[in-house]
Amino acid sequence: MSMKAYFHELADFVQSLAGAGEVIASGFAAETSDFVRFNRSAVRQATSVRQVRWTLTLIRDGRRADATATLAGTIAADRGELKAMLAELRAGIADAPADPYLLLPGEPVNTEREAAGEIPDCARVIDAVAEAGRGLDLVGLYAGGPILEGFANSLGQRNWQRVDNFNFEWCLYHDRDKAVKTSYSGPRWEAAAFEAKMRFAREQLALLGRPARSLDPGRYRAYLSPAAMEDVIGMLCWGGFGLKSQRTKHSPLMRLADGAASLDARVSLAENTADGLAAGFQRDGFVRPARVELIRAGRPGDCLASPRSAREYGVATNGANAEEVPESLELSPGELAQADALEALDRGIYVGNLWYLNFSDRSACRMTGMTRFASFWVEDGEIRAPLNVMRFDDTAYRILGSELEALTRERELILQGGTYGARNTASMRLPGALVRDFTLVL
Amino acid sequence: MPESLARDFRAIAPAVDFCALRFVEESSEILTVRQDVPEPPQLSTDRGAMVTVIDKGGLGYAATSDLTQAGLREAADRALRLARLTAGRTVVDYGAIEMPRPKGTYRSPLADDPARLTRREKYDLLAGEASQCRIDPRIVDWEAGLWTTRTRQAYLTADGGEVEQEFRYLVPNLSATAHADGVTQTRSHAGRGNGFCRQGGLEILDAFGLKGSGRAVAEGALELLAAPNCPSGKMDVLLMPDQMMLQIHESIGHPLELDRILGDERNFAGTSFVTLDMFGSYRYGSELLDVTFDPTRAEEFASYGWDDDGSAAERQYLIRKGLLERPLGGAISQARAGIAGVANTRACAWNRAPIDRMANLNIEPGASTLEELVAGIEHGIMMRTNVSWSIDDSRNKFQFGCEWGRMIRNGKLAEVVRNPNYRGISATFWRSLTGVGDASTFEVMGTPFCGKGEPNQVIRCGHASPACRFAGVEVFGGAQ
Repeated sequence: MSMKAYFHELADFVQSLAGAGEVIASGFAAETSDFVRFNRSAVRQATSVRQVRWTLTLIRDGRRADATATLAGTIAADRGELKAMLAELRAGIADAPADPYLLLPGEPVNTEREAAGEIPDCARVIDAVAEAGRGLDLVGLYAGGPILEGFANSLGQRNWQRVDNFNFEWCLYHDRDKAVKTSYSGPRWEAAAFEAKMRFAREQLALLGRPARSLDPGRYRAYLSPAAMEDVIGMLCWGGFGLKSQRTKHSPLMRLADGAASLDARVSLAENTADGLAAGFQRDGFVRPARVELIRAGRPGDCLASPRSAREYGVATNGANAEEVPESLELSPGELAQADALEALDRGIYVGNLWYLNFSDRSACRMTGMTRFASFWVEDGEIRAPLNVMRFDDTAYRILGSELEALTRERELILQGGTYGARNTASMRLPGALVRDFTLVL
Repeated sequence: MPESLARDFRAIAPAVDFCALRFVEESSEILTVRQDVPEPPQLSTDRGAMVTVIDKGGLGYAATSDLTQAGLREAADRALRLARLTAGRTVVDYGAIEMPRPKGTYRSPLADDPARLTRREKYDLLAGEASQCRIDPRIVDWEAGLWTTRTRQAYLTADGGEVEQEFRYLVPNLSATAHADGVTQTRSHAGRGNGFCRQGGLEILDAFGLKGSGRAVAEGALELLAAPNCPSGKMDVLLMPDQMMLQIHESIGHPLELDRILGDERNFAGTSFVTLDMFGSYRYGSELLDVTFDPTRAEEFASYGWDDDGSAAERQYLIRKGLLERPLGGAISQARAGIAGVANTRACAWNRAPIDRMANLNIEPGASTLEELVAGIEHGIMMRTNVSWSIDDSRNKFQFGCEWGRMIRNGKLAEVVRNPNYRGISATFWRSLTGVGDASTFEVMGTPFCGKGEPNQVIRCGHASPACRFAGVEVFGGAQ
C-alpha cells in the first residue's frame, strides 16, 4: 500500500470516529530518509530512518486538545493507536476551559501536490562522494528521500503533499577552520551537476591556501553572498513577521512596524508559497495564499497571521504556521550582476557564509554573528586573502537600509537543510548584497 | 519497554560482529497560560527504535517507528545493508572497537509525581501565578508554562547486554514583557530558554520558586524598562548561575567535545580551538577553575546510568585547577582518538544515531561568598539570565547577552541596567577567572535545547555552577 493510500484510509477511519458536536482533525507527517555523514572523505555514520507521525486534534464545546504520536505505518496496528489517542483526548478535553482563540477552517479546500523525483540510492552517493573527495578533506551530510505531509478533518477537507528531494551539504577543508562550503540539492541527482559544484569548490579551495589575513575591528565595505544573506534574513524570521510578536512588542522589527525606521526601498520580502517547496496548507488545515507581502519597498507590509493570532487580534488568517515563521521567503532581486560583485566591492570583505547569529539588541534589530568558511579580503576587485574569522555586530536597518548599496540580479534558492526531528521543506530565495559599511567588532 | 521487544529483537538480530537495539518512548505534556488564557494542551508520544549493526568494519543505523517483529527485521536489514555498504570506507574500522555489553537499570528521582495533579489543577497553578503579572498597563505580555516528560529507554545488544532507564523531566517557565516609548524589556524566571530544567517531579516547582514569581518577573520587567542602558567599557563581570550555564555550555562544553576535535562537526556545528595534544598540559583557566562531567547528580537535567552506546556513566574531572585533563568523548571517539574520555555518546531520540554530547557539565564550588565576590570588584557589573548567545565555529570568539545587569562600584551593588552584553575569547577568558562562589551561590541549571549533529539533534544538558567573577571583560549595552 502506498503511503498516500495509507493516509487516506486512516483519515477515513478517524473521520468515522467523530461523535456529535465533535470536529476531529488529522495531521500527517512521514519520511523515508537516508542520512550519510562524511568526515575526511570517509563515512562517519550512515543512517536510514522511516517514521510516521500523526497529530489528532479534537474540538468539542469550544475546547481544543492536540496529541501527536509516532505510528507503525501499517493500517492494522495504527487504527488501534489512533483510537486510543482519541479516547485520551476525549477524557482530558474538559480539563481546559473553552478556548477563546479557537478558529477552524471554513469551507473545505482540498489540495494535492506530488513533486516526484529520482532520489539516488545510498550506494551511488557513497561512490560519488568517495570519488570526488579522493585526496581532499571532505566533511558533510547527504540527506535524501520522500517527505510526506497530509491534513484531513471531519468537515471533509483533505490536503496532501509529497516532495522527493535530496540535499547534500559539504565542506572542503584546507586547514583548521579554512574551508569552502557547498550544497547540491534537488529532486534528482545528476552526476554532471555534482561534478560542476565540486569543481567550483576545488577552485575556491585553492584560494584558501594563500596566507590568511586578520582584520582589526572597524567598518568595512562588504559583499554578503546569498548564503550569508540567509543568516541575516533568518534573524528577521525570529518574530519579525508574526502578528503575535508585533502585537506583544517582541518583534525585532518593531521600529519598522511603528514607522520609526525603514529599510532600503529596494528591499521587499514576501512569503512566496506558490514558488516554494513548503506545503500550501498548515497544520490546522488553513490553505495559504500564493503570496504574502511582508515588507514592501522597505516599509512594513502584512504580518503572518496564524489562525490563533488572527482570532485573538480580530484579523483574517493567512494560513501561517503556529510560530508565524516564513517557510518560503524571498527577497526581491536588485540590479547588480553577481559576476560584477567583486568589482563593485573593489576593496573590502567578501563574506561567503555567516554563522551563529543572535540579537545583541532585539528592539534595535541589532544582530551579531561570525564570518565563516570561504570569506576573503578583496582589493581592486580581486580576492587577495582568506579572512580569519571576525565577529560582526550591526543592525538590519543599516545592512538592509542606510548602508545597502546594491542587491544582485541573480537569486539563489537555498533549502533550509535543518533536520531537527525530521527533514523539512522550508526555503529562501535570496540575492547577494553589497553593503557600504559593515561593522566588525572582534 | 514492550514485553515482546527483547524477544523479537533477539529473534531477528542478524549474525554480525555487533548488533544492538535502542528503544525510546518519550511522552510529554506542555501546558501554557498566556495572558490569563489557558492554551490547548499539547500532548505527544514519540516511540521507536534504532538498530545498530557493525560488520566487517562497517557501521549502519536504521530507525523505525514500526515496533512489530516485522518492523524490527526490516530495520535490521537496512542497518546491515548500510554496514556492508560502508565497510572499508569509514573513518575508522568500527569492527576493531570493543562495544560495551551493559546490564542494569536507572531511574530519575521522583519525590512528587506530576500525575498527582489533574491537568485542570496544573492549569490553575499556572493561571494563579500568571495573573500576578498583570500589575501595570505597561506589561504587554506574560506567560507561565509547565513541560513534563517521561522517557523510557532500553538498550539491548544481541549478545545479552540489557539496560533499562526511565527519566522524568520537568521544565517550568514564567516571563513578563513590559513596553513603553519604543522600548521592550522581558524578565523571566531563569531565562526564556528554559534554563531551569531538572529531573524529578513537582518538587522542582518549589526549587524553581514558582510561588510569587509572577509578580516578581513583572516588577523585574518594569525595573528594566526604567533602567539606563548598560555602559560600555572594560570592567570586571560577576556572572550568576543562570548565565554561567550558558558560558560553560558554549565555551567549555562544545570545545571539549571529542567529535568536534576529530572533525565530524566541521560542516555544521564547527570545530574546536582545542586540539588533542592539549590534554594533560593546556592551561584552560585560572587555578580556581574545576570542571566536572557529572551524570551522577540525580536532579540535574542530563543524569543517567549509561550512555547510548552502553558505557557506564561516571563523574570525571575535565579541568582541574585550570589544567585540561580529559575531553567529552564516548567509546567510539575515544577509540578513534586514542585518549580517555567520558560516557557521553547520546542521541536525542530513537531516530538519530548517538554522538558526543556534553550531558551534565559543572563548575565545582569555590570558597567565596557572594558578598566577597562583589566586594572584590572596584568597577564592574553583575549579570543574570541569558538572553543572547553567539560564538565562532572554533568556540573561541563569543558574545553573550543577559536580561538583567547591576553595576558594581567600589565593592558595592549599584543601579540596575538593561541590555547588558559582553564579549571575549574562550582561550583567554577562563584565565581571567578571579573568584568562584561557594556552595551558597551554587545552582543547578541546564538547557533542553542544545543543537548539534548531522542529521540535527536537540538534546538536554545540565549545567550547575556557582557565581563566578572575571576580570577585565569587554562590556557593552544596547542602542537605547
